[in-house]
Amino acid sequence: MKCFNPRIAIAMVIGFALGLGAVASVSAAKAQKGGILQFVVAGESPSKDGHRETTYATIHPYAPMYSVLIRVNPDDPQSSDFVCDLCKGKVPKPTEGDTKYTFKLVKGVKFHDGTPLTAHDVVATYKKIIFPPQGIPSARKAFFKMVESVTAPDNHTVVFKLKFPSGAFLPALATPYNWIYAKKDLDEHGYNWHRDNVNGSGPFMFVQHQPGALVEGKRNPNYHHKGQPYLDGFKALVAKKMSVRIQAIRGNRAAIEFRGFPPKARDDLVNALGDKLKVQESDWNCSLLATPNHKRKPFDDARVRRALTLAVNRWEGSKYLSKIAIVKTVGGAVFPGHPLAATKEELTQLAGYGTDIEKARKEARQLLVQAGVSNLTIDYNNRDVDQPYKVVGTWLIDQWKQVGLNVKQTVRPTPQFYANLRKSHENDVSIDFNCQSVVNPIADVSKFLCSAGNNYSQCEDPELEAIYDKLLRAASEKEQRSLMRQYEKRALDEQAIMGVTLWWYKINPHRAYVKGWKIAPSHYLNQQLDNVWLDQSMM
Amino acid sequence: MYAYIVKRVLLMIPTLFGAAVLVFFLLRLLPGDVCEVRLAGTGLYADPRDIALCREELGLDDPLATQFVDFVGGYLTGDLGKSMWTGQPIEYEIGLRFKLSLQLAIMATLVAVAFAIPLGIISAVKQDTWIDYAVRTFSIAGIAIPSFWLGIMIILGLLIVTQKLFGAGWMPPINYVSPFEDPLGNLAQLIWPAVATGYRYSAVATRMTRSAMLEVLREDYVRTARAKGLVEKLIINRHALKNALLPVVTIIAIEFAFLIGGLVVTEQVFNLNGLGKLFVDAVGNQDFALTQQLVMLVVLIFVLTNLVIDILYAWLDPRIRYA
Amino acid sequence: MSTPEIAVITDELEEKRSLVAKTWDLCRRQPLGAAGALIVIVMMVAAALANVVSAYDPELNDLEHMLEGPNAWHWMGTDEFGRDILTRIIYGARTALAIGFTAAFLGATGGLVLGVASAYFGGIIDLIVQRIVDVVMAFPLIIMALVVVATLGPGTENVIIAITIPFIPQCARVVRSSALSIREIPYVDAARALGFSNGRIILRHMVPNVMAPYLIMLTAFVGQAILLEAVLSYLGMGVQDPTPAWGLMLKGGAEEFLESAPWVSIFPGLAISLAVFGFNLFGDALRDVLDPKLRRM
Repeated sequence: MKCFNPRIAIAMVIGFALGLGAVASVSAAKAQKGGILQFVVAGESPSKDGHRETTYATIHPYAPMYSVLIRVNPDDPQSSDFVCDLCKGKVPKPTEGDTKYTFKLVKGVKFHDGTPLTAHDVVATYKKIIFPPQGIPSARKAFFKMVESVTAPDNHTVVFKLKFPSGAFLPALATPYNWIYAKKDLDEHGYNWHRDNVNGSGPFMFVQHQPGALVEGKRNPNYHHKGQPYLDGFKALVAKKMSVRIQAIRGNRAAIEFRGFPPKARDDLVNALGDKLKVQESDWNCSLLATPNHKRKPFDDARVRRALTLAVNRWEGSKYLSKIAIVKTVGGAVFPGHPLAATKEELTQLAGYGTDIEKARKEARQLLVQAGVSNLTIDYNNRDVDQPYKVVGTWLIDQWKQVGLNVKQTVRPTPQFYANLRKSHENDVSIDFNCQSVVNPIADVSKFLCSAGNNYSQCEDPELEAIYDKLLRAASEKEQRSLMRQYEKRALDEQAIMGVTLWWYKINPHRAYVKGWKIAPSHYLNQQLDNVWLDQSMM
Repeated sequence: MYAYIVKRVLLMIPTLFGAAVLVFFLLRLLPGDVCEVRLAGTGLYADPRDIALCREELGLDDPLATQFVDFVGGYLTGDLGKSMWTGQPIEYEIGLRFKLSLQLAIMATLVAVAFAIPLGIISAVKQDTWIDYAVRTFSIAGIAIPSFWLGIMIILGLLIVTQKLFGAGWMPPINYVSPFEDPLGNLAQLIWPAVATGYRYSAVATRMTRSAMLEVLREDYVRTARAKGLVEKLIINRHALKNALLPVVTIIAIEFAFLIGGLVVTEQVFNLNGLGKLFVDAVGNQDFALTQQLVMLVVLIFVLTNLVIDILYAWLDPRIRYA
Repeated sequence: MSTPEIAVITDELEEKRSLVAKTWDLCRRQPLGAAGALIVIVMMVAAALANVVSAYDPELNDLEHMLEGPNAWHWMGTDEFGRDILTRIIYGARTALAIGFTAAFLGATGGLVLGVASAYFGGIIDLIVQRIVDVVMAFPLIIMALVVVATLGPGTENVIIAITIPFIPQCARVVRSSALSIREIPYVDAARALGFSNGRIILRHMVPNVMAPYLIMLTAFVGQAILLEAVLSYLGMGVQDPTPAWGLMLKGGAEEFLESAPWVSIFPGLAISLAVFGFNLFGDALRDVLDPKLRRM
């Protein structure tokens, strides 16, 4: 005797969430002021300096305290267009053969300590990010390889000069870590000051940080987006365990979590909270990979690697795993839904993506016999994080067993997992992932290149590099598409350099009184909270 | 007596030094380090030069001997070093969590003592009756039930009960507030883990109270008292309990010392920002500097507690001093 | 036909009867211990016959039947991979017992050797052993185990090592104090005077005399080891999936789906509690029978 069907309820809530995107401007218009937003964060940031850190645990509590030059549209974060934050009007088009970008800044912006924000602050910030002095780490300087110089011809103009035209420049600029620091702070306190101190120009001002527990921010009354932010402040509560985060939403100890919950938790919350809960969902710009170790026999043999990918029933996996894990969409190398991504017809042509799993598994067994390793035991490296690594790992082991492969899984805590994946390579196959912030497929697929710094398969394949070079120079989208198919075929099928298992799927169930926040395809994006508000009538 | 105390204090030094050696070298056997976790932990490309830089900054490339001298030398200079993960001084990181752990340890002790003393006495006095069996079963169960699972069950129970009663699930708060600022909010968070750990703790103490009481009840002076015709209640209160108390106090003190640093799992279940969680996080982040200081802190508390107990015994029983 | 045969039969009968009677008598005097022994025996039988008594494969995924509540086919329900929880609990008993017994045996035996050697040889050996024992015993059990597992990495063998190491000094200390009292007894001196080798004296005279504390520690360790293994697995530093292990079953999904699928976390927790409960009851009774003086331990 169930009073309502949870699936229908979920469908309705999702429909509502998607509909909201369309009427974003309307909902923003009647935004209410006031209230403190409490949210949970799964990790604790090692420092407060976004330029040096790489985790979302830095973004969630501290991004609301800073402004950036450009960003994804906070009212439509699913679109791949960028909007200005500190720059004026629209994001500028490049000039001088697509090698010069000129940004005009909004006037009258102030840092939280009252210092006016000028073009010199932006230049000092980007010099720190792109050309850090000896001994100062900058996590994303490689993103800006195309930049020749950054200058300020006057107080409100910033000019980026590129060495060569590059479509990767604007996405790099929109990376949500590029917080604008005050030149004064860098000059007076040095480049390490921001590790422990905050002085930004964002919608919220730093109040306190209790290590291991919480970060608190309060409304910046002089924020340059007029009328914003709506909230009086926020509290970011650290809760490392998934169950605690789910229970926090359940018991209203927090209103939202920005990374993502497993689907089962969503269903439970919907059942328990009914219309007090809203669910937003999105494809996630993260794919979970199975990376074979090409330097270990018999995984130097492409036939064995192909057998690994052929054994996996992705379509069925998607159906069931999407009920228990934060993965869902079957996709190739490119973020699903992007114009450059393979269509379903194109996908089913790739090894391991076919619809006839029996046929694929038969082929896999034959390949293993041909390679002379029909009774193979795989030493499999996994990461000690449940969602989605261990859940998908348990499933993968089961899939491989079905073509007669035995699997010995070693689950390692994160540090040993990485030490193994990146350096010692004491495994046959390892779980691996490709997680990016701004959706930018041509840059994102470089993970499969054997020369890439984050390709841990120890492979060698000059042919793939050649296809990628052509892809980089391709002018039209049509040409890019066709080259991308060649690239995908080579990387995932013929050479099976790495296997893409499933793409992540982001699910954010939150208290319905949280309004204005919209889900982005990445947990790194759209976290300034300037347009978020609380509907007091629903609290 | 002084000679004994001096001897016992001096004996602590090799123990602490041995512990320092053990923990230092055990940690260094681990593959991977804090820089890997920090820079490559998100799966994005990490520049090996940045990782090298991070290692250099933290002194991870120094010879082990140098690192060890830094670590142990820190106790002489009073510089415990900085957390490799946050860069904050270790005394600061530990101090923040110490309050919560101490408060929880005190609360759990109160819960334990409130159960253990009466139950242990009843059980001993009514030895081999159904009351005794019931108490013994209850206390052995307390040792058998994992406290973290009991914690999970408490959370489940709270959710179900509050949902039934009020129509909305209630959860304990997930961030710590000082008992002086918001006593109710503080209690709402800490009472549950205090019960979960207090039960186990009371079980240990109940067993000790029972057996100590049994032993004392058989002693001559109690028999004499009985023979004198003293009322049973008076005998228990006046004579037996006082003498049985020493081993009970001992076990309570040892468990208390354990609780301050050893609530590794219960703190996970309830999201408590205490020393146990700090320890698990430090191990997870390969934060050697913080891990080794935390271990040394826990060892020190343990060793000091034992010292106090030994001195107490020596003071009460002069034979020990000359043994 | 002949009388001697009958006599033999009645003798056997009597022996049998007396065995039954003895057992019965023991059960009456130690009802809790008997209950504990029963739990332990049931657990050992279940573990030994796991593949016979359980209807499912503990590792095979059956995603059609994920997270079903207890029903006629799955008496304790299924987990998020559709694996039968009862089956995993039965197989989990194997893991728990294997780790529990191995760690307890290695720990207690290591302690026996160290303790006896320390007591027998005395002098500098005793001093060194006692200082090492001091150091290891200054670490709380869980902290020591965590540090060791963090060093060696997770996995069944490493968990056994991590649990064994803190057990050794505990047992060594108790055995040493028992052995010390025997060392001074005249027959050991007599044996020495007769020129018996140290090994022979230790094995023939000292070891049998410290068997009582050794057995008591051994039983107590099994329960502790099962509990410790559960804790380590729960923290992700113990036995690894998909091996069925009770602590592991309480981790992750079990807690996340606590409200809607409570069976996933209730039953494994009960299994741990019951097993440790059984070993403790049995151990208590054993201690009462073997050595009433050791009640305080």
